[in-house]
Amino acid sequence: MNETKPVTAAPAPVPAKTPAVRPAGPQRTGRLRVAELLQRQGVLAVLLTVVIAASFIYPTFASLDNARGVTIQASFLAVVALGMTMVIITGGIDLSVGSVFALGGVIAAWASQYGFLAALLLPLVVCGGIGLLNGLLIARGNMAPFIVTLATLLGARGLLLALTDEGATTYLVPKDSAFGELGQGSVWGFGYPIVIALVLFGAGGLVLQRTSFGQTLFAVGGSSDAATLMGLPVARTKILVYTLSGLLAGLAGALNAARLSSGVTIVGVGMELDAISAVVIGGTLLVGGAGSISGTLWGVLLLAVIQNLINQIGSLNSSYQSVVSGGFLVVVVVAQRYLARSRRST
Amino acid sequence: MTPTAVAPPAKSDKPPKSASPLARLRDPSWYQRYGVYVAVAVVLLFNALFTEHFMTADNFRTQLVQVAPIVIVALGMALVIGTEGVDLSVGSTMALAAAFLPLYLGYGLVPALVVSLLAGAVVGAVNGALVSLVGLQPIVATLALFVGGRGLALVMADGQLKQIVNPDLLSLGTGSFLGIPLVVWIAGILAVAVAFLVQRTTFGRQVVAVGGNRSAAALAGLPVKRVLIGVYVICGILAALAGILATARLTASDPSSLGTLMELSAITAVVVGGTPLNGGSVRVLGTVAGALLMQLLRATLVKHDLPDSTAQIAQAAIIIAAVYVARERRSR
Repeated sequence: MNETKPVTAAPAPVPAKTPAVRPAGPQRTGRLRVAELLQRQGVLAVLLTVVIAASFIYPTFASLDNARGVTIQASFLAVVALGMTMVIITGGIDLSVGSVFALGGVIAAWASQYGFLAALLLPLVVCGGIGLLNGLLIARGNMAPFIVTLATLLGARGLLLALTDEGATTYLVPKDSAFGELGQGSVWGFGYPIVIALVLFGAGGLVLQRTSFGQTLFAVGGSSDAATLMGLPVARTKILVYTLSGLLAGLAGALNAARLSSGVTIVGVGMELDAISAVVIGGTLLVGGAGSISGTLWGVLLLAVIQNLINQIGSLNSSYQSVVSGGFLVVVVVAQRYLARSRRST
Repeated sequence: MTPTAVAPPAKSDKPPKSASPLARLRDPSWYQRYGVYVAVAVVLLFNALFTEHFMTADNFRTQLVQVAPIVIVALGMALVIGTEGVDLSVGSTMALAAAFLPLYLGYGLVPALVVSLLAGAVVGAVNGALVSLVGLQPIVATLALFVGGRGLALVMADGQLKQIVNPDLLSLGTGSFLGIPLVVWIAGILAVAVAFLVQRTTFGRQVVAVGGNRSAAALAGLPVKRVLIGVYVICGILAALAGILATARLTASDPSSLGTLMELSAITAVVVGGTPLNGGSVRVLGTVAGALLMQLLRATLVKHDLPDSTAQIAQAAIIIAAVYVARERRSR
């Protein structure tokens, strides 16, 4: 899971919205390199610092059990944030993921009575369909991603309420079903959702770095117009990215339902903003054109560790978690802004 | 069907340059501008014909009281969106304002109100500074306080719901004047004030200019940074006021749930009301109508025994339709 290289394939000088994402040429001085390194690996450094410090202060934090707990909690958000990262790299945003996550969970729990495949495929079909709808409206209809996905946020939750008799019915995953095992089983003590999230991140990193689709993503995010002029399939790329985001959100919801053995209707509220926070903290620029999958992973873990630490401290109530998360977000984005500026000024 | 043959009616100085009313109906910008009023009229007509006990003073009073906080927040949001921004933190700001109320009510109503509104102004100033001075994208800048603001509210309130017993504050929520609830008066007066601000003041023109083309506005010597901070501060104060009024009506300060999803309702009202998301124009009356349309639509569906889920799906469809009408028609 290495860092991605934005638009190295682009032959034409792309007039990116964020100039000099990676300043090429001999004038990259030491100070620049430090700034670049900080922007790319700053989150990882913060994450490691927090983890090491916490291990010394709270012995219970460093336990394997706690690591399992933190990572399984983080795995669902991680899968959602993976799709969000790709959407944001293209310069878009997907606000519908929280609702789609909840919808995917409810559909999976309902369908689990018909077997493993139904429980896994049905939510993917429905949630992928919602993502496809987002993509079509945004790419073909020329509509703003923010507002289109805001509408599907409402629509997906409406669909969820309709499926559950206005939230009154909770579908349970049958005991001993293979689908339930998907959420509760584990490899060396680490739950399947963690393994699945890691595999998806590995695949996502490869796609972004090594495929033309990945490089098209960066080109589209850098400048949609320039990408069109270069003959890249801009609309198709956008449609695909939103579909992927819907699929991943639905998958995360299904995994969550398998873990909880039920389709809980109240999950996922505000999850889109958690995912965006993780992506932004991970160093992906919201204007598009630059970002990394691994950064998002560290961002998700950092949010999860903060939450876990606040639980460990105990005397702090859980409200502090969002204060600290919000504070982190401010510090990171402001720092990013200045780092980007210092690099551009040469 | 020769629209050009008819003499222009000249009574409208707005974009429809085409001649006959028929041709105007074919002009997409007409829908963007007036579609929301037509939709409100259609919903009202439908209810007049098919819904019992809808066109009554009592029902309208209820609907208006419910929509008032959304209108108040949406007015600030319209200004922010007019500068090509967005404010995700309004719901958290409502919660924060509500959390401050019980802490200072011991000193009297006025100090409590002042502190609450000040909290909203501070949130707005932070948002505005991050957007204008640091140069962050509005979504990111306001996302931080969306995440942190509610936490701060919960921390201050010790995570608890607090009953409000101050009779003066409660009368803000329940009182009425000339048969119209106070909250409706406040929302109405604020709407007029913001409309005046947009259309008749220098600041209003600066807002539109900054939203239309920021670099041009800067080159023209407009105080772009001050204008940006100004709109976010106004938005924060209006959100705080909505939080205070909602608290007064609920007779309790509930920082954990007050204002959740308010940012979405407000953005919806603004966009459905015809204000373009890419700035450069603020439709105040349209915003009020947009909020009203969503409220009336939901009430209509509920009165016809259709569940909340249907209302949400219908709202989603209306948002899509509104944006489809307003979308950029450049071929990209």
